[in-house]
Amino acid sequence: MLPTLNGRIQTRIFLLAVVGSLWTLIITPILPIDAPLGTAYKTTFSILLVVAVLGIVWELIYHGIQQFRWEKDWPTIFGLLTAIPEGLLVWFLLAGGAIPWIDSVPGPAFVIDFVTTWLVVWLVANGPMRVPFIHWRINGGRLI
Amino acid sequence: MSESTVAPQHAQTPPAPPRPGDLTDQLIASDFWTEQMLVDAGIPIIDVPFVTVGGGIGSFVTADYLRICGVPTDAIRVLTPLKHPWESYEYLTTVSQIPRGERLRSDSSSTPDNIWGFPSYALREGLHGNLKQLWNVLVEPIWANYYTPKAGHAFESMEKEMHRIRYQEMVVHGQVRMVRRRVGGGYFTILTPPEGAAATRRIAYRSQWVHIAIGYPGLKFLPDLQKYRSEYNDYSRVVNAYEPHEHIYERLKLRPGVILIRGGGIVASRVLQRLIDDRDRLGLQTQIVHLFRTYVDTPHGNGIFKRRKGADGWAYQGFNYPKSVWGGQLKQQVRKSEGQERATLYKEMGGTNTPVRRDWQEQLKRGRAQGWYRVMIGQIDNMRPVGELVEVAVSSNQGPQLGTFDAVIDCTGLEADIREHRVLADLLDHSNAQRNPVGRLDVGRNFEVTGAQNGGKMYASGSSTLGGPFPGVDTFFGLQIAAQEIADDLIKQGFAKKLGPGRSTSQWWKWVRNKTI
Repeated sequence: MLPTLNGRIQTRIFLLAVVGSLWTLIITPILPIDAPLGTAYKTTFSILLVVAVLGIVWELIYHGIQQFRWEKDWPTIFGLLTAIPEGLLVWFLLAGGAIPWIDSVPGPAFVIDFVTTWLVVWLVANGPMRVPFIHWRINGGRLI
Repeated sequence: MSESTVAPQHAQTPPAPPRPGDLTDQLIASDFWTEQMLVDAGIPIIDVPFVTVGGGIGSFVTADYLRICGVPTDAIRVLTPLKHPWESYEYLTTVSQIPRGERLRSDSSSTPDNIWGFPSYALREGLHGNLKQLWNVLVEPIWANYYTPKAGHAFESMEKEMHRIRYQEMVVHGQVRMVRRRVGGGYFTILTPPEGAAATRRIAYRSQWVHIAIGYPGLKFLPDLQKYRSEYNDYSRVVNAYEPHEHIYERLKLRPGVILIRGGGIVASRVLQRLIDDRDRLGLQTQIVHLFRTYVDTPHGNGIFKRRKGADGWAYQGFNYPKSVWGGQLKQQVRKSEGQERATLYKEMGGTNTPVRRDWQEQLKRGRAQGWYRVMIGQIDNMRPVGELVEVAVSSNQGPQLGTFDAVIDCTGLEADIREHRVLADLLDHSNAQRNPVGRLDVGRNFEVTGAQNGGKMYASGSSTLGGPFPGVDTFFGLQIAAQEIADDLIKQGFAKKLGPGRSTSQWWKWVRNKTI
């Protein structure tokens, strides 16, 4: 991908809000969470929100790293590998009780939720996104 | 002076006996034309809203975009000497050693047959079972060299799209002689049809919009090469790599030879590959001397944020520009820049370069180790034939050198001044077109030719517009980006339908089903 900083942030928020939300709606009922569905949704959507909000800070860091690249590009694999630090940070925040309105999430449920959502968003960003938004890729990922 | 793109032409007009409907002195001298002037000259006038001149890949992707934006075929005319849009391009890639089975230097999602770039070439190869290519685009450029499509894949998919959008219904064969502004608005484009194809020598197309996409203005040879040719009338031992030069490879099969290669770009890489492939495959004893004017041996550039890789003489870069000129940071930066700032940005990302490819690295490493590939740094002072060989005098970093070679293959430069092309020279002289800071045709952010507005608009894309607010103009994706900017501007003027998410998605689905539009 060839993002600008503005494009990164817009793309992250848009994709998590649209694709991420849809996927969360689908995946949550089958996650191994021992709680009523309403509580499970509250948990998974909270995770999505945390990924989006913290993501703005992450995007600043990625943009900084990108400056060291001659091409000023962001290789496809980076978009996948960044799931590791981002996922770990969210998990530690959850485990440490930093998100007070969520009690606790079983490890397997978190991994399935986070990894599948990340993969779906990443796949959409690397192709299908260009179908409805034909200007998106030449505008550095900006939508507006 | 050339009239058209660099490939051999099919619609060349040989000197013919005077026919009715030719240009008059009054027409040639006038910047603005009226209908009466054409009527007086006997030149018929055909009305069409949008004319694209050239008919290569630039015209094709622009017509493709407009057709997808709902413009009917009868509102567009493609005036061209070419049989199909990729003809000129394929000629150049073939002579410069990229036949259909070899891979181009182009990104996976730069797909001139598909304005969305999805599915990309690599994904299409993956869907046909070549999963290695999918893995390649996943891990490039970190753990693999950049994926690039096969030339044949690009041509075949363009052919499919050409039929889908009914491109041939829009094509009119012939040679465009000039575009002039019309009194009262719009333009007249003068076409010289092939001999016998029309009752008159010229035909005028009256349009509100004209798009100029004539490709490279012509081949440019370095002065030493021109001097050698004019002095010794030898076109066979000293060649430019963009000319047919198969005879050199054929001669090396008959007897061992020493070849001098000049240049540090992609064409030099390709020619070296061909020489070494033949050497390996046929057991030849070819010796290669490679002359670099600028020898790059380390990463180079201004500061830690602008370091381009380099080694063994070459500057390394995946594509002909840093990737983000096609959509990211550099695109935005250049778009916002003007004058000196823009010239500096162009300079920083400029310079001859070639991609890193594992097979090339291996071949040259072996050549250096075994002594049949040697490198020299310097410039050619003089060349002269000596018996069956060419004697070359070089000013090198080791002092003056003299050597004899079986052939010299010049792999430098390609592009002549825009004035070398008759249509562009006419625009500069009669339509108030301007030059940009690097001397090419000046265009705005919407690819409108600066100064040529006349009620309607004149657009230009491709290599003749290099130096403008968008750098990657002479590439597949660059031509599509230009097409998008032009289409957006035409949408604002009511000529085409807006390509919002709904239309874009439904049109893409038609592409997937290969549904004729």
